[in-house]
Amino acid sequence: MLKGLLAIFRSMLGSFRDLLPIILVIGFFQLFVLQQPVPNPGELFIGFVCVLLGLTFFIFGLEMGLFPIGESMAHALARKGSAPWLIFFAFALGFGTTIAEPALIAVAAEAATVAAEGGIIADDESAKASYASGLRFTVALSVGLAIVLGVLRILFGWSIQWMIMGGYILVVIMTFFAPKEIIGIAYDSGGVTTSTITVPLVTALGVGLASSIKGRNPMTDGFGLIAFASLTPMVFVMAYGMLFTGA
Amino acid sequence: MIDFFAELLAVLLVTANDVLPILCVLVGFQLFVIRKPIPSLKKVVIGFVYVLIGLSLFLLGLEKALFPIGKLMAEQLTRPEFISGGKALTANGLQWFDYYWVYIFAVAIGFSTTIAEPSLIAVAMKANIVSGGAIGVWGLRISVAVGVAVGIGLGAYRIVSGLPLHYFIICGYIVVVVQTFYAPKMIVPLAYDSGGVTTSTVTVPLVAALGLGLAATVPGRSTLIDGFGLIAFASLFPIMSVMGYAQISEYLNKRERASRD
Repeated sequence: MLKGLLAIFRSMLGSFRDLLPIILVIGFFQLFVLQQPVPNPGELFIGFVCVLLGLTFFIFGLEMGLFPIGESMAHALARKGSAPWLIFFAFALGFGTTIAEPALIAVAAEAATVAAEGGIIADDESAKASYASGLRFTVALSVGLAIVLGVLRILFGWSIQWMIMGGYILVVIMTFFAPKEIIGIAYDSGGVTTSTITVPLVTALGVGLASSIKGRNPMTDGFGLIAFASLTPMVFVMAYGMLFTGA
Repeated sequence: MIDFFAELLAVLLVTANDVLPILCVLVGFQLFVIRKPIPSLKKVVIGFVYVLIGLSLFLLGLEKALFPIGKLMAEQLTRPEFISGGKALTANGLQWFDYYWVYIFAVAIGFSTTIAEPSLIAVAMKANIVSGGAIGVWGLRISVAVGVAVGIGLGAYRIVSGLPLHYFIICGYIVVVVQTFYAPKMIVPLAYDSGGVTTSTVTVPLVAALGLGLAATVPGRSTLIDGFGLIAFASLFPIMSVMGYAQISEYLNKRERASRD
């Protein structure tokens, strides 16, 4: 019991160290630059305690639950030797984690406002809602495809550089044809899609898969799934924007 | 107190709702495709519950403490009265260097929020294990944080100066491509990954507030077109800094070996 408490205390100390830079930055700017008293310090303190406890629990659970499940499923699917199931799993994981992503919902709503203002779609609620949900679907589809692409890369041992470079070239070419209003949102959507639960799961999937296939190195082949998941949304969102102006 | 628990419960429900699709995929595949018991199931379930509680507490805390003050600070720092510092405006108005506190804030907040980013901690832990300790958890986290800091600082400058986003991004891509050929092979996939990893729960809302605040203040910028793009900077620059970190540590190792021989 004592040992367990000690372990929790130690990881809380670690979390505190992780949060210290934020506290310092905010304190410094508040006191020396803006020279204003901190608004409701009580609430602030409770909030920080929550963040601290939350980070500690999250890291604890990560090692106990998320990493093992991601890896054991990757092993089991690889051992089963059924590529279609593996690919379906990859797609479902990418699509399922993205469609419900709160950050994406916010960005999609924002994008609909931009489109309405730019006169691309009608400026009313239903047009905006259908534009936003179409965008969300598009991004989720693109993340699903990204994870599939990443898994195929691990299966066949393709080199990541050429695939990423190809993706970059595609992004650059599309930038010149996509409507100006969508570019910022498209570029941002790449970073937004990968959430706190998706990242550990997808990383564990990649590493688990690479370590259970002969001839693959978990370090050079296991990573890279997230990279695809942040590249394909840019391409798909720009394509979505182009499709709408064309229509 | 009761209020607090009610809030926590509400956040917990929202988080559970977000996690539900993932859980369905995992359970569905486990039951219908793999059809084998999960090794140490009890531990995994407890771990999942920890993750859920941890994430909810984390989000609630951010909502209560960090986001209000971060957004308030972003607003205050981008206010024209603050930036001009009370001095009389010249005929040209404000120059790009008058925004120096904004750049410093952008760099500092980029660095510090990245250090606290849970998904980056997860990837760094995994990379440390997979590489057999060759990649240090802190080495990776700090180099990613430096990348995000530089990215957001530069992104803030872009909003102030009004230069087109895609010029910066395309130049960044060129640097990444060139660096890829010279960086140690082992690091390349991890470096590409670290771009997407950095920007999640903590960084995105604060950085978005900064971008929108800046775009609203600087004359001639539109919040809709110029307010976006900071996230893109924050996910491009860590790729360079992580490869740079690997290149520097490889170079140092080589030099040490050479001096020993």
